[in-house]
Amino acid sequence: MTESTWTRKDLLGIAQLEPSEIELILDSAQTFLEVARRPIKKVPTLRGKTVVNLFFEPSTRTRSSFEIAEKRLSADSLNFSSSSSALVKGETLIDTALNLQAMAPDLVVIRHGHPGVPQMLAERIEAGVINAGDGAHEHPTQALLDALTIRQHKGRLAGLTVAIIGDIEHSRVVRSNIHLLTKMGATVRVAGPRTMMPAFVERLGVEVAYTLEEAIAGADVVMMLRIQLERQGKKLFPSVREYFQLFGLTRERLKAARRGAIVMHPGPMNRGVEIASDVADGSSSVILEQVANGVAVRMAVLYLLSGMHREAA
Amino acid sequence: MSKLLVRGGRVVDPSQGLDAVCDVLIEDGEVTRVAEGIRPGRYAEIVDAEGLVVTPGLIDMHVHLREPGQEYKETVETGTRAAAAGGFTAVAPMPNTDPVNDNRPVTEHMIKEATRHGYARVWPIGAVSVGQMGEQLAEIGDMVDAGAVAVTDDGHPVYDAELMRRVLEYSRHYDVAVIQHAEDKDLSGGGVMHEGEWSTKLGLPGWPAAAEEVVVARDLVLLATSGGRYHVAHLSTAGSLDLVRQGKARGLPVTCEVTPHHLLLTDDAVAETGFSTNVKMNPPLRSEADRQALLAGLADGTVDAIASDHAPHHADEKDVEFSVAPFGIVGLETTLSLCLDRLVRPGIIDLSRLIELLSTAPARILKVPGGSLAPGSPGDVTLFHPTKPIRINADRFRSKARNTPFHSWNLRGRAVRTIVGGRAVDPAA
Repeated sequence: MTESTWTRKDLLGIAQLEPSEIELILDSAQTFLEVARRPIKKVPTLRGKTVVNLFFEPSTRTRSSFEIAEKRLSADSLNFSSSSSALVKGETLIDTALNLQAMAPDLVVIRHGHPGVPQMLAERIEAGVINAGDGAHEHPTQALLDALTIRQHKGRLAGLTVAIIGDIEHSRVVRSNIHLLTKMGATVRVAGPRTMMPAFVERLGVEVAYTLEEAIAGADVVMMLRIQLERQGKKLFPSVREYFQLFGLTRERLKAARRGAIVMHPGPMNRGVEIASDVADGSSSVILEQVANGVAVRMAVLYLLSGMHREAA
Repeated sequence: MSKLLVRGGRVVDPSQGLDAVCDVLIEDGEVTRVAEGIRPGRYAEIVDAEGLVVTPGLIDMHVHLREPGQEYKETVETGTRAAAAGGFTAVAPMPNTDPVNDNRPVTEHMIKEATRHGYARVWPIGAVSVGQMGEQLAEIGDMVDAGAVAVTDDGHPVYDAELMRRVLEYSRHYDVAVIQHAEDKDLSGGGVMHEGEWSTKLGLPGWPAAAEEVVVARDLVLLATSGGRYHVAHLSTAGSLDLVRQGKARGLPVTCEVTPHHLLLTDDAVAETGFSTNVKMNPPLRSEADRQALLAGLADGTVDAIASDHAPHHADEKDVEFSVAPFGIVGLETTLSLCLDRLVRPGIIDLSRLIELLSTAPARILKVPGGSLAPGSPGDVTLFHPTKPIRINADRFRSKARNTPFHSWNLRGRAVRTIVGGRAVDPAA
């Protein structure tokens, strides 16, 4: 492992990354997993570093995951969320960024509802920027933790078939996963209601299916996406009931996957909507491992972006 | 009697099928002669046009001057000064001001301001509906009497089918064109860029081509029975262009304009510029296939006019998240150079066709004086160098606004002089 190959200031998305950079993060994350098994879950790696978690969208699990990662690395972290910030007072994003910069943080973790905002921030501030989800654009640490989980179970990414099912159009998880998995040599198959399939989706380099059965057939990994319940009963799908009939993952339907296939979900799950409880809690499910891996992946990303790996080398 | 002689330029005037080196004499604000070797006589001011192209004054039939109400973005003064600097002798401002130009006083205000500053003529376009709310017909006759030359709810579509039918019918009393901003707001709802490969890759809400096309299709159905003159503003898709082409083939009184940015840029610019808000406009930059169709439409005559959709915004308004930034870019000071370099130089269209698109056709569609150098025409003349290099520098725009994706582009061909009513305009003054 040559850690010194990480040179980026920011992690804005998977689209820009080289396969070697993805591997570097995954390998680093693998070593950080061990921290969670210690009685004292803390290493001094980022002592004295300041990390700001800038969340413009409600988020419980991603923010908590970053926070735990920061604390386990001994960074000083600060949460800045839209409800408690100046944003509601009409301050522009640029002004918020400049104010933040004035406090000289080392890293900024940002979640925002609009695509491109992390990039905009990264261009304006000296601190490293980590995209924790920008609209339906990218969610790189989610794709990385998914990849780590797959790698742990399958030993590799290349050559696998990964089915991703649900609301493809509005999902940042899908876009980052497609970039990552295709870069690493896996085949990605997406499926979902036609009303939630974006234009020219095939140009993302994926196979497209419009039934759950077709999507799952022979898949090594079945990744279910969260359906935004507020979209039901409008124009995209009529009801949760009908959605489950079309695309809900049941134990019966999962039989079409390759033997030993794993079931994933980025959370939070809607039981009985996109996934039946017995599948979510069943032996194929690795959903809670994803959450555990999320902390390790975020520790790795914080570590690499902090530049501490260069100082250590 | 005032006399001005434009001497020795290459005069290109598609209205007379003229392309020859000759002189243009303007007396008391009117063109009186176009011929070789005109003797200036006494007291004539002489403009040396050797090496330059001399054309009927360019007319930008789609601009936003922001006055009244948003003078921090642009005013009639700065907007017309930008026009003069860019080679335009006349502009047609859209009615989405504050208050809306749905009444005589606002129309009169725009004309009065333009006359006071004298950089370019202003032909205001009135609102179709009161407050551009899409409900009640505005007093079109009164606005036309005050100087308005067409009607539109631009900024918004005329959405209600009955309102479109009625305004097409009613506008016939005044023989003014009804200009449509074709956008089905339900289909485009929330879209901030073209729905296609790049909106999918970037995760930005898409504004599909169909949202423009269903409105154009509906309007053409109405036009067939209502009569009137229908003009599609900033047409942006291959499908809309086909509809216009079919409409023309059926003899319908339909015309359309396209913008330089839709002719030169495509939706991938959003990714290439890293979400620059200067490539966010409405309608959005489309696909390469759409762009190619528009270029073909220029050449085959389906496209009637090129208009900039000059849409000034304050830097603070554009320096925000892509999704929340206002739509639009400025164009008065880039259009001519862009067209010369990217349309004429590669031979997509010739110079005569360009002047048709930028002057003769807009005058014909709006039924305003100009667009020609035939004797009796207003003494509005544009002089430009067809190949002289220019580097676009937004910091030196005469417009108040800087929102352009063309900053630092190196182009060949630039405006040199504009003459309005026989008087040489100096935009630096």
